[in-house]
Amino acid sequence: MGEAIAFYTLAALILGFAVLVITARNTVHSVLFLVANFLFVAALYVLLGAQFLAVIQVIVYAGGIVVLYLFVVMLVNLKRPPEAHRDRRRKAGLGLAFSLVILAEVVAIAVFGLVQPAHLAAPKAPLPPEAADNVQQVGWALYTQYLVPFEVASMLLLVAMVGAIVLARREL
Amino acid sequence: MIDLIVLPLIKIVFVLTGVLITVMYLVLLERKVQAWVQARLGPMRVGPHGVLQPIADVVKLFVKEDVTPARAEKWVFTAAPIIVLVPALIAFAVIPFGPEVNLFGRPVPLYITDLNVGLLYIVSVAAIGVYGIILGGWASNSKYPLLGSLRSSAQLISYELAVTLTFVSVILAAGSLSMVEIVEAQRNNGIWFAFVQPVALFIYFVGALAETNRNPFDLPEAESELVAGFHTEYSGMRFALFFLAEYTNMIVVSAVATTLFFGGWLRPFPNVEWLSFLGLVPPWIWFTLKTFALLYLFLWIRATLPRYRYDQLMQLGWKWLIPLAIANIIVTAAVKVVLGS
Amino acid sequence: MEPDAGRSMFDTDELVINMGPQHPATHGVLRVVLKLDGEKVVDADVVLGDLHRGVEKLTENRDWTQIVLLTDRLDYVASAAANLAYVETVEKLMSIEVPRRARYVRTILAELQRLASHLVWLGSHAMDIGAITVFLYCLRERELILDLFEEYCGARLTYNSMRIGGLPQDVPSGWLPKVLRYCDVQEEKLVEYETLLTQNRIWLQRTRGIGAITGEAAIAVGLCGPSLRGSGVPRDVRKDEPYAAYDEIPFDIAIGSNGDTYDRYLVRLEEMRQSIGIIRRAVEGLPEGPVMAKVPRLIKPPAGETYHANESPKGEIGFFIASDGRSTSPYRLRVRPPSFCNLQALPQLVRGHLVADVIAIIGTIDIVLGEVDR
Repeated sequence: MGEAIAFYTLAALILGFAVLVITARNTVHSVLFLVANFLFVAALYVLLGAQFLAVIQVIVYAGGIVVLYLFVVMLVNLKRPPEAHRDRRRKAGLGLAFSLVILAEVVAIAVFGLVQPAHLAAPKAPLPPEAADNVQQVGWALYTQYLVPFEVASMLLLVAMVGAIVLARREL
Repeated sequence: MIDLIVLPLIKIVFVLTGVLITVMYLVLLERKVQAWVQARLGPMRVGPHGVLQPIADVVKLFVKEDVTPARAEKWVFTAAPIIVLVPALIAFAVIPFGPEVNLFGRPVPLYITDLNVGLLYIVSVAAIGVYGIILGGWASNSKYPLLGSLRSSAQLISYELAVTLTFVSVILAAGSLSMVEIVEAQRNNGIWFAFVQPVALFIYFVGALAETNRNPFDLPEAESELVAGFHTEYSGMRFALFFLAEYTNMIVVSAVATTLFFGGWLRPFPNVEWLSFLGLVPPWIWFTLKTFALLYLFLWIRATLPRYRYDQLMQLGWKWLIPLAIANIIVTAAVKVVLGS
Repeated sequence: MEPDAGRSMFDTDELVINMGPQHPATHGVLRVVLKLDGEKVVDADVVLGDLHRGVEKLTENRDWTQIVLLTDRLDYVASAAANLAYVETVEKLMSIEVPRRARYVRTILAELQRLASHLVWLGSHAMDIGAITVFLYCLRERELILDLFEEYCGARLTYNSMRIGGLPQDVPSGWLPKVLRYCDVQEEKLVEYETLLTQNRIWLQRTRGIGAITGEAAIAVGLCGPSLRGSGVPRDVRKDEPYAAYDEIPFDIAIGSNGDTYDRYLVRLEEMRQSIGIIRRAVEGLPEGPVMAKVPRLIKPPAGETYHANESPKGEIGFFIASDGRSTSPYRLRVRPPSFCNLQALPQLVRGHLVADVIAIIGTIDIVLGEVDR
C-alpha cells in the first residue's frame, strides 16, 4: 500500500517535471527541472531496492552530465535558434517520425512482455552466493554476462573524450 | 514506532544542532587561530576572549538587509544558497559518530543510518551542492559572480574525481561501502587506513581543500581577483547560508577523512592491549578530537600558504592527483590479489 | 536582420571586465578595463584620474615652504621620499649648501621610508596572491618605523619632515639607538618573510615568468626603480646622480635577471637589506654640526628652471620647477611620479596572462594611486 502510494507520487512528479523541462521558456530553468526529474528517478530506484543504481544516477546524471548542460546553456549564445527550427513543416515532420518510432518501441516491449513473461522474470545468470548486496550484484552482472557491451561502452566514451578535446582545442 | 521514527528524529535534531553550533564556533576558532598565527588577538570584545562573537555575528547577519540585485533571476537567486547548504547538512546522515551504545536500556547506534552505499551517498550529495554555486553565480546577473561560479564548479568537478578515486582504494582495503563497516575493518586490521593508504590520504586531503574552496585553492572566492566570487551579490541571511555551507562542508570532509583514514570513533591503536586505558574516553570524543585536529590543519594551511592560480590548480588536479590516484588503485588491487591468494 | 545573424553558435565573445575602481586588489581607485578571452587577458586599458586633486596646480598658489606639505600627499606610504626630492630641487634652484649632518639624517629618514614602503608593498603583494599572514607581519614591522617617525617629527603618515635648507629639528636624544635596534629587528624579520615566501612552491609558480619584461623593453616603456632593476638594468639615482649622503655611504644596487615578478620581489627584498646597511653606516658616521643652512626667511628662488630626481621607494621621483624670480610661489611645478610611469607598463605586462596574474602584476609594479593621479 505505502509502496504503491510512493510509486504513484514519484511517477507523477517525474512526469510533471518532464513536462516542465520541455515547456519552460528559460533554458536554465528547464535544465533545473531536468535535475529534479533525475533526482526523483533516483528515488524510484531506491524504492526498487537498487540503492547503488540510485546513487550512481545522482552522481553521474544529476551531478556530472547536467552540470555540463548548465555550462553550455549559460555560456553559449542561445538567442538565435538554429536554422532547422525555423522550418515549421520540417520540425513537425521530425517530431512525428520520432514519436512514431518511440510508440512502436513501447508497443513492441509490451507485446514481447505479454508473449514471453517467463523469460523476463528469470535471472540472467546464476549469482554467486556471497553477492548478497546490491553493489556486488551489479558488479557480477557487468563483468560476466555483459562484459563485451561494457567494454564497448568504455571504448565509445574514450573516443568521445578524445573527440571533444580535439574539437575544443583551438591550436593543437 | 520508536525505533522507526522517534529515535531517528531525535538523532537528526541532535546532529543538526550540533553541526550548526560547531560551525559557529569553527568560524570563531578560525579567526582566533589566524589571529594567533598573525601576531594578533582576534575577536576580544564580545564576551571574555570573544567567545560570544559567533552569536553577535549571527544576529548581525539576520538583521542585515537582504538585497536582491535588480536584474537577478529572483527564484534561482533565492534557491541557490539553499541548494548549497542542504546537501552539506544531509551528508551527516551516514557519518558514524560512534558505535552502538546503551541508552535507557535500549541499544542506540550513534549514527543516523548505515547505508550499504554510504560512501557513494556522500559523493552523490556533494555532487548536488555544485548546482547552488553555479546557479548563485548565474542568477546574480553580474560578471564577477559568473566567472567565480564557473571556476568554482569546474574546480569542484575536477577534484571530485580525484577524491572519488581515493575512495575506491579505501573501499578495496575495507571491502565495503558502508561507513560503519569501514571503521570496523580498521578495527579488525588493527591499523588505521592512514597507514595503509598514505597516498590516498594525501590526495583526499588536497582534494578536500579544493572541494571546500579553502586556501590554497580558494579561487572561487579569491577576493583579490574576483571580489567575492560567486557570492559577490549576496548579503544578509542568504550570504550567511553560503558561509554556513562552506564551513559545514569543511566539517563533512574532515569527518569523512576521520572515518576513512583515522579509524572513526576508534581509540588510537585499537588493538594494542596496554593502551586500553585510552578506551575510557568515550568513542564519540575520539571522533570529535580527530575531526577537529583535521579542521585545525585547514586553518593552519590557510594562514600559511599563498593561493594557486586557476590553471595551475587544474593542472595539479588533472595531471598529478588523478593519475596518482589511479596508480594507487592499481597498486592496492594488485597487493590485495597477491596477499589474498 | 537579427543582430546576431551570420554568427555560429560556437563563436566566442570577448568578455570585457572592469577591474576597479572599487576592487579589493587594485590598491586604491585604479580602474583597469580588461578584455578577456576566457580567463586570458587579450588587452588591458588603464583608466586614471579618479584620485586627481590638482596638486601641481595647487602649488602655484602656495609659498615654497607650504608645498612640502603637498608633497606628503603624493605617495602617502612614502612621503619622506617626496619631501626630500622637493626640498632638494628648491635647494638646487637656490644653490643652498645643506649641512653635512642634515644630509646624513635625511639619508636615514629616506631609507627608513624606503623600508616602510617596501613593507607595505610586500604585504599587499603577498596578500593579493593569498598569503595573508605576510601582510600582518609586514605591517607589524612598519609600525616600528612609524613610531620612529612619530618620535622624530610628530606625524605617522604625512611627515612634512624636511625643510628647504635642512631639517625642522635635530634628531631627538636617544633616537639613534632606537633606529639601530629597529635595524636588528628588521633584519631578523626579513628572514621570517622569506621562509614564508621565497622557497614556497606556490609562490614560485605564481611569480616566476609572470609579467616578464626585458631590460630594453623596460627602458622603452619608462619603467623605473626596483621594477626596472628587476630586469637587470643597474639604474639607481642614488648611485648615478648621488644626493643627500649617498656619495659617502657605500651600498650595492640589487638587480635581477629575468625581469619577472619573482625577480622584482627578490630585488626589493635585497634593497631592504641594503637599506638596513645604509642606515647603520649613516648612524655610525653621523657628523656633528647644525641641521639647517642659512636660508632667508622669505624663500624666493631666482628666476630659472631646474629638474632634480631622487630614488624614491617606487622609482625615480623628479620635480621640475620653474620660478619667475618675483613671486613667492613656483611659476610651474611638475612632478615626475614613478608610480605613474611604472603603471604605463601594465598593459604590456599583463597581455597574454590570466586574470589572476593581473593582480600579481599590479602588485609587483608597486603603485600608489595618490602619486599616479596627483
